[in-house]
Amino acid sequence: MEENKEKTIKVYIMGKEHQVPEGLTIMKAIEYAGYKLVRGAGCRAGFCGACATVYRKANEYKLRVALACQTLAEDGMYLTEIPFVPANKAKYELEKIKPSPNIILQYYPEVARCVACNTCTKSCPQDLKVMDYIQAMKRGDIARAAELSFDCVQCGLCAARCPAEIVHYHAAQLARRLYGKYLAKPSPNLEKRIKEIEEGKYDEEIKRLKSMGLEEMKKRYMEQQKNAEKEEA
Amino acid sequence: MELKEDEIAKREEFTRRVEELSGQNIFACYQCGRCSAGCPMVSKMDAIPSMIMRLLQFGDMRVLEKNTCWVCASCYTCDVRCPKGIDIAKVMEALRQIKLRTNINNIDIGKIEGIEELPQIALIANFRKNTG
Amino acid sequence: MDIPYFPGCSLKSNTRYFEDSAREFFAELGINLVELPEWNCCGTVYSLTTDDIMRHIASVRNLVHAQELGKKLGTNKLMTLCAMCYNTLAQVNALARSRPDDLKTANEFIDDLPDYEAQVEVVHALSFLNENVSFEKVAKLAKRKLNGLRVAPYYGCLLVRPEHVKIDDREKPALMPKLFGLLGATVVDFPYSVECCGSYHTVNMKDVVVEKTRTIIGSARENGADAIVLSCPLCEFNLDERQKDVRMKYPGFERMPVFYFTELLALAMGKKINMGAHYVSPENVLKKYGLV
Repeated sequence: MEENKEKTIKVYIMGKEHQVPEGLTIMKAIEYAGYKLVRGAGCRAGFCGACATVYRKANEYKLRVALACQTLAEDGMYLTEIPFVPANKAKYELEKIKPSPNIILQYYPEVARCVACNTCTKSCPQDLKVMDYIQAMKRGDIARAAELSFDCVQCGLCAARCPAEIVHYHAAQLARRLYGKYLAKPSPNLEKRIKEIEEGKYDEEIKRLKSMGLEEMKKRYMEQQKNAEKEEA
Repeated sequence: MELKEDEIAKREEFTRRVEELSGQNIFACYQCGRCSAGCPMVSKMDAIPSMIMRLLQFGDMRVLEKNTCWVCASCYTCDVRCPKGIDIAKVMEALRQIKLRTNINNIDIGKIEGIEELPQIALIANFRKNTG
Repeated sequence: MDIPYFPGCSLKSNTRYFEDSAREFFAELGINLVELPEWNCCGTVYSLTTDDIMRHIASVRNLVHAQELGKKLGTNKLMTLCAMCYNTLAQVNALARSRPDDLKTANEFIDDLPDYEAQVEVVHALSFLNENVSFEKVAKLAKRKLNGLRVAPYYGCLLVRPEHVKIDDREKPALMPKLFGLLGATVVDFPYSVECCGSYHTVNMKDVVVEKTRTIIGSARENGADAIVLSCPLCEFNLDERQKDVRMKYPGFERMPVFYFTELLALAMGKKINMGAHYVSPENVLKKYGLV
């Protein structure tokens, strides 16, 4: 009988050597080695930012960063996960503040310390232009900061490596909130829908859904799925 | 006043470090006082610029306890007026950096009064000089 | 004519009127200020220790952007309006030219942009007008005279110091006096034209700035000026907005409006200026000289 031997590679997890099958992501490799990820795993799809990882490739000096669930483990990799970055979040009341050019510096004055070294951009596993959005904040361009930071998953790696101690993603969150509340064009459809809700257009339906049992709901859901598939075909 | 050998070594090391960071020859100063005469911030300093230069010639680390380098506004007036070509502004920066590089900032950036009215240019410049 | 232009953070947010008036003025000369397609804050102040390369990176990045844009436009000049931006970029540029090892380190560190070749020339708008346009030509193109407006040019520190980047004489600067004299203003000479305004001390040592503002404005008034003209957003904040703090401490203090030099140039070209952007309103003074 032919033995189908799986090829294995060597990885070092927090300094300890492990043999894991080739072709696993870093996250799967860590779990294969016997670790249980309590804090460092979330959506497993590159969206939640829980699995920020710092690693080094064999025979290199550079410390690289990535999301564990999105990166393949390589032979000779030295790695560790950063499950949480204890960054400070400023307290503000969105209703009470105005999108003035200086507003982000008021709540995150450390943004003024940015020296444009670009370490944050190099640390971003989502390839975002982090330094560019920090510079936009310095300039008072809230809209641009919101736009450039939109795909941020708040993994914290930028803040962990910044020499100016900036908390990029919290400051970006403030920029996006200000943008959404004060600067983005209001959607006429949204306003219409909110009015409909306030006028009670959907009250009956919601009441019915709430009082429906689980079986009935399952039946209706499957019916809806079948109809949708029929329509597509 | 007689100094012990290890005290002399410490002082010489301090002056050497200031010279290295500033790139200036501290011993070129012949105490003419022009830097102090032109300094726009001198009235708020507890040791005037020419006194700081003299103390540095003796490696006297008490210069780090004076407020001089923090009241300095980096205006370069001392630099352009020194007849010996010493850039005293660079010496002041060296003193600031010696302090800041021990991880002690001169201001707490989280506790700035009236930050709402301050333009970014003021905050950025201030943090560059007062934080490490 | 196209020229690469570095605005700096202030001119894009709270001192937009500095840039707006500049654009209006330069348009009359057929000069287009082409903003760098990408840029970052220059750092505002030049880091003075011999070993600090990191704090020059921000300026080197901007010089690379200027270099690349300059290649497309056929020039090596980079124009600035803000005195702090001018001084910081010019000093970093001088360092890049005189210390090739430091430049090499900076270039290797900035791995997402082409290398800086140290060929860009950083120019302040006043030098550019003097050397590349001539003040006489500006006066010829002017649509109106400044009607003897009594104005005191305030240079502050960073346009005249240190020696290797100054754009004018450091004790008795002559560019602004000549330019505004030709445009029909009455230029007032006063002893504090190159005196530091207190700069960044406005953040945590406000009283220093209050005293300086009182002295500078007071001396200008004593010598007969009705307005100050300058080129730096930080000086402008200290000399304009901080007049409020001066009046709180010295109730008899008489206010004086503060102009960016490009505002007076735009006025001379028959354009209107943004009165509301000033803290001390220039309306009365401009009315007095029939300039409104």
